[in-house]
Amino acid sequence: MQTTEEYKITDALASFVEKWREKPGNLIMILHKAQSEYGFIPRKIAIELGRILDVPLAKIYGVITFYNFFKLEKPGKHNIQVCTGTACYLKGGIDIIEELEILLGTGVNTVTDDGLFSIESVRCIGCCGLAPVLLIDGEIFGKLSKDDLPKIIADIRDR
Amino acid sequence: MKTIGIKINGKPVQVEKGTTILKAALIDDIKIPTLCAHDDLDAWAACGICVCKIEGSSKMVRACATEVMEGQNYITHDPEIMDVRRTVLEMIISNHPMECLTCGRNTTCELQDLAADFGIRDVPYHADVKELERDESTPSIILDPRKCINCGRCTIVCQQLQNVWALEFLERGHETRMAPAGGILLNESPCIKCGQCSAHCPVGAIYEKDETREFLNAVRNKSKHVSVQIAPAVRVALGESFGMEPGSIVTGKIYAALRKLGADSVFDTNFGADLTILEEGSELVDRIKNCGLLPQITSCCPAWTDYMEKYAADMIPHFSSAKSPMMMQGVMTKTYYAEKIDVAPKNIYTVAIMPCTAKKYEITRDDNMWASGEQDMDLVLTTREFARLIKSSGIDFDSLEDEKADSPIGDYSGAGTIFGVTGGVMEAAVRTAYKLVTDKELEDVNVYNVRGMDGVKKGSVDFDGTEIKVAVAHGMVHVEELINEVREAKEKGEDPPFHFIEVMACRGGCIAGGGQPYGTTDEIREKRIAGIYSDDEKSVVRKSHENPEIIQVYKDFLEKPMSHKSHELLHTTYQKRPQYAK
Amino acid sequence: MATITLTDLKKLREDNKESENIHIIIGMGTCGIAAGANKTFDAFLDEIKVNNLKNITVKPTGCMGLCYVEPTITVKTSGQPDIIYGNVNCETACKIINEHIVEGKLVEGHIFENPAADIVNTENYDSDYKQFRIVLRNCGVIDPENIEEYIARDGYIGLEKALFELSSDDILNEVKKSGLRGRGGAGFPTGFKWEFTKQIESDQKYIICNADEGDPGAYMDRATLEGDPHSVIEAMMIAGKCVGADKGVIYIRAEYPLAIERLEIAMAQSKRLGLLGKNILGTDFSFDLEIRLGAGAFVCGEETALLASVEGNRGMPIPKPPFPAVKGLFGKPTVINNVETFANIPVIITKGGSWFAKIGTEKSKGTKVFALTGKIKNSGLVEVPMGTTLHEIVFGIGGGIPNGKAFKAVQTGGPSGGVLTEAFLDTPIDFDSLVAVGSMMGSGGMIVMDEDDCMVDIAKFYLEFCVEESCGKCAPCRIGTKKIYELLDKISQGKGELSDLQKIKDMGAAMQKASLCGLGQTAPNPVLSVIKAFEEEVLEHINDKKCRAGKCKDLVTYTIDQENCIGCTVCARKCPVNCIEGAIKVAHKIDQSLCIKCGACFEVCKFDAVIVS
Ligand SMILES: Cc1cc2nc3c(=O)[nH]c(=O)nc-3n(C[C@H](O)[C@H](O)[C@H](O)COP(=O)(O)O)c2cc1C
Ligand code: SF4
Ligand code: SF4
Ligand code: SF4
Ligand code: SF4
Ligand code: SF4
Ligand code: SF4
Ligand code: SF4
Ligand code: SF4
Ligand code: FES
Ligand code: FES
Ligand code: FES
Repeated sequence: MQTTEEYKITDALASFVEKWREKPGNLIMILHKAQSEYGFIPRKIAIELGRILDVPLAKIYGVITFYNFFKLEKPGKHNIQVCTGTACYLKGGIDIIEELEILLGTGVNTVTDDGLFSIESVRCIGCCGLAPVLLIDGEIFGKLSKDDLPKIIADIRDR
Repeated sequence: MKTIGIKINGKPVQVEKGTTILKAALIDDIKIPTLCAHDDLDAWAACGICVCKIEGSSKMVRACATEVMEGQNYITHDPEIMDVRRTVLEMIISNHPMECLTCGRNTTCELQDLAADFGIRDVPYHADVKELERDESTPSIILDPRKCINCGRCTIVCQQLQNVWALEFLERGHETRMAPAGGILLNESPCIKCGQCSAHCPVGAIYEKDETREFLNAVRNKSKHVSVQIAPAVRVALGESFGMEPGSIVTGKIYAALRKLGADSVFDTNFGADLTILEEGSELVDRIKNCGLLPQITSCCPAWTDYMEKYAADMIPHFSSAKSPMMMQGVMTKTYYAEKIDVAPKNIYTVAIMPCTAKKYEITRDDNMWASGEQDMDLVLTTREFARLIKSSGIDFDSLEDEKADSPIGDYSGAGTIFGVTGGVMEAAVRTAYKLVTDKELEDVNVYNVRGMDGVKKGSVDFDGTEIKVAVAHGMVHVEELINEVREAKEKGEDPPFHFIEVMACRGGCIAGGGQPYGTTDEIREKRIAGIYSDDEKSVVRKSHENPEIIQVYKDFLEKPMSHKSHELLHTTYQKRPQYAK
Repeated sequence: MATITLTDLKKLREDNKESENIHIIIGMGTCGIAAGANKTFDAFLDEIKVNNLKNITVKPTGCMGLCYVEPTITVKTSGQPDIIYGNVNCETACKIINEHIVEGKLVEGHIFENPAADIVNTENYDSDYKQFRIVLRNCGVIDPENIEEYIARDGYIGLEKALFELSSDDILNEVKKSGLRGRGGAGFPTGFKWEFTKQIESDQKYIICNADEGDPGAYMDRATLEGDPHSVIEAMMIAGKCVGADKGVIYIRAEYPLAIERLEIAMAQSKRLGLLGKNILGTDFSFDLEIRLGAGAFVCGEETALLASVEGNRGMPIPKPPFPAVKGLFGKPTVINNVETFANIPVIITKGGSWFAKIGTEKSKGTKVFALTGKIKNSGLVEVPMGTTLHEIVFGIGGGIPNGKAFKAVQTGGPSGGVLTEAFLDTPIDFDSLVAVGSMMGSGGMIVMDEDDCMVDIAKFYLEFCVEESCGKCAPCRIGTKKIYELLDKISQGKGELSDLQKIKDMGAAMQKASLCGLGQTAPNPVLSVIKAFEEEVLEHINDKKCRAGKCKDLVTYTIDQENCIGCTVCARKCPVNCIEGAIKVAHKIDQSLCIKCGACFEVCKFDAVIVS
């Protein structure tokens, strides 16, 4: 989705940058902060950060595209992270993804038309004992079966 | 230097501490195959072709990246090692388009060579060539990511040698590619078109834009007078494409070849270089005498000027406004020479044979490149393209008889020829500026302290009691140091640390330009440099202002350096540009 | 409180020894919270209020490790054995208050007695218990957000000794004597690693804790950090004192927000007490600790990639030597250890290296924590002495395979490891024995598979993981992982040829030798071990185009047994592509050309009429 929104460095990001400016190797921490502010890393912000930190833009992109965590596209308001780590895979994590795709009518790494949801596959969030699990807005749902999904989605939609 | 004793395949050898297995093996005449290692760069250790064993360990190590240790026995070849290397090579080839016949690197390709050496006859693994678009956005180089083998050289060159950061590793795993940041084209990136990436790429994934067809079309067009100039650095490198030693001077053969190819007039950029020295030297003297802004910084390298406009625009006022030798030569051809031979400038087609990919960009960099009323330079071919042109035209280069350049803008001094090496512009300028400032001739024209391969060279010249401080940087990464020194002095309100700074984007200067024959290493750089200096030493005239044709041109046409006419034709301007167009 | 002295610390330790109160301790690791521990916690508080009870402390703790019955709680009453309840929702919480606390009656059906006794065993190594806790000694016991509780359980005694009683050589000797080997996977002796760094003169050295825990299906480090963050902080300082480092970095994956939060709290608390920071306990030893986050790259668990990441770069490994111990973070000598490795250190220093060396096998000392998951009844965290057999873990502690299915294999070592069949269940767990049978210890993921799991599919899963996680720097790994994955995919579609196996072996061998880092070097292990241990099953896919587990969709057909089908229509209604035809009370039929093999019909049919073949 091409976004036309204008992005400015938020105060929180600016003060975080100040705090970290002098620490060597700060880029990844700062990108984390940026992503937590915007949900992804807009090009405008990447350019600004490059300028403020005196880091080549290319390097920033090199880092962003290396790490799965960082996004260049805006995700859905609720990003559903389905675990496909070993334990969850064995216990049907893929079925959960397929079911979600049917329920939401969208594929992995794409956003629903209303911008509400996106689905992402992640490799283990450390709750393997409850496999299969998914994570929405920081909340973990474990011991899932396909039948649990409609209610989970409905609850989130109502939030 | 401390040496240590090791063994290569059981045979004792003494090597310097810090030597890699790769280099140590060479001492015993054993060549370990490589694909990503390059003498200019620290080992990136990507390809995995160079693996070797250390006796007593079941692991394999990378010969290019592993320093030898006292007492160890390194196995460079055994059945298992050879099988592993072959499998890795087969894997690489299976992901590579087999398009050798139409590839810019055909017969000069490191991957092709390896495949030939290993006797690869078929590839057991299924083909998987990435579908990625070619990037033809710059006038200088083309990226063909399908052919990239991810050796990393281009990116490391662009970042660590050139400090440009136009290229970066993007994505990861199988998706990894070397490209400008964020889905943009190279021309929208900070790329300065130096072409060093293309000179280092082992395969045909980055290559100069080939414009040999344009040349052929021009010489076939009877209504065009084709006038060709050759750059200083071409004469000591072109021979390599015909099996000669690096540094062999083939100037006379080049003139001859050009005439065979159909050039109507053959000139030498070295004449332009002499002209540049008179203009730039006078500008320097003017700044020194009239308290102008110092230091003055050379501007004849288009990659450097592009860099400065994007990364150090505060230095613009320091730039010599003198155009590069190539551009001066071009505009003189379409004005002075055009008048002489009574051909309309629009019917003259100017071509330059250059060691440089950035020169392809320079000819249209801004409006000042149309000073004659026409586009002053119509075409730039790199040394590599020129070699192909000669080969395809059936010219037996080796046996060509030496010829001479045409007059009146073809003769050159030794000062003009050394423009091709780092420190050369400085040295040439000193030879003339000395005369302009002191009105005496320099006794010994050799200015040794600006020669050599140190990234930054500083020195001073005694101008009859006045100390003129100079500095030279080559390899873009070294320029920052000098610029910062200038900035610091400025901030503190101190005297400028230098009077004159020379910058060349390529390590070693143009002799190692992005368009030169492949395989440039420091060893080859030294040989080409030696060639250039011997050309200088052989010259009867070694100072630009003593070049008789230069004297003539001023008398007939330009009046004097920095005249109104010179300014119109031979000088240009610079402007701040954004690093990213998007 | 201002910076404390040694005496203050000792007093703090005594003051906080357990009081007379009744304690209700609720497991509130990520896992517990996901299962609803927050609500359970509130329910306890509410019910206590309603009943107007006094002298009951309700507090959170880290994981007890009984993931399969989360939320879990422990009721501690002085003079009585601890009782552990599992599956405690709000209702059960009320019951526990009303019956157990008020009436003194145990609440039936929720007690997990055996494991309960098992898991709190931190004292008696020679007991009958299968588990023995060193690393997880405080997990499920203390409130991880309360430094006093850590101190009360002998916390920071190790640091005390390191600062006041032992020289740095003494510390090193204890660690060496303990025989501790790195728990991050490779099992490198920790003492030697420290010694390399200690020996080098440098103006700056670093201690790094590797908490990247990228092995999918493993969460030992998360549980340790969530349940007992101070043990790692204390250990890093001991390491710092030993090798002469005054800076530490904990590199933790961003997927672990709770562990990060608890670490931050713990660091703030020890800083406040003066147990971390400048001039610790009044000595001239200072230690500065910082958290750095990973960002979703498994390869960053590899040491040199980790360093690159901490330095703010792409996590691409570089060749070793030089090793980080000599040339590490920002070029300075750096000790990198795993979370679990560190968590052992305070105990080793407190109780002595020789105490530790008594536990385990000859070459693998101490315990190992495993995350036991997959097709296993009691999935959860277990900590066992080295030398325990796989059988004891899977069938003893783990309770065997659920749903009456047959055991097929257990996988250790994650994407770097291998599968072990029934024949190897008696293998004692230690670094060398596991390698000898074709797998490896790895970081502690232990995944159990049953007859429904297809080994080709498992191999494909691991390869796909490596394709995604390869950093892409070197050709053997970047290309090899993808090609092997594609060949496995081909095999799973029934298009495999025998020669494909040879190709996999050839590429696998080249990857093992010519890959730059551990990821590529070990990426072929799962597939190679599957080809070896389950050759027959792999050949079935190739020769007979058959997947016995029914996992490879292209090799499976769903049909309806016309005899058994009673025409209930359930399957027809469930089929997502509507390819099941049939009227009510008439046997149904599947249109094979449309079937997408989702298996829904098979799942819903109550009459065993849908047949998978
Ligand atoms: C691809 C790869 C991933 C790794 N991931 C981890 C990890 O997540 N956690 C860890 O502690 N060690 C990991 N390691 C091992 C580390 O590189 C390193 O050996 C370890 O942190 C050293 O600590 P130890 O000696 O305490 O085991 C990984 C190694 C490789 C090659
Ligand atoms: S890059 Fe080399 S191997 Fe590839 S097509 Fe070109 S010449 Fe052939
Ligand atoms: S080398 Fe082989 S493929 Fe290439 S042109 Fe010759 S015959 Fe054709
Ligand atoms: S031409 Fe020079 S600046 Fe441009 S990408 Fe290549 S190395 Fe970088
Ligand atoms: S483009 Fe050429 S130099 Fe750059 S990584 Fe690819 S193969 Fe290497
Ligand atoms: S140094 Fe010479 S070859 Fe290199 S970019 Fe500059 S002008 Fe071109
Ligand atoms: S083995 Fe794989 S992960 Fe390791 S450096 Fe090579 S490509 Fe990267
Ligand atoms: S397997 Fe799925 S698609 Fe096929 S018939 Fe059954 S329900 Fe329908
Ligand atoms: S669910 Fe089973 S019994 Fe019912 S219609 Fe389908 S196949 Fe027949
Ligand atoms: S495998 Fe899914 S949470 Fe670990
Ligand atoms: S030449 Fe050594 S790894 Fe490529
Ligand atoms: S009980 Fe916490 S990890 Fe499962």
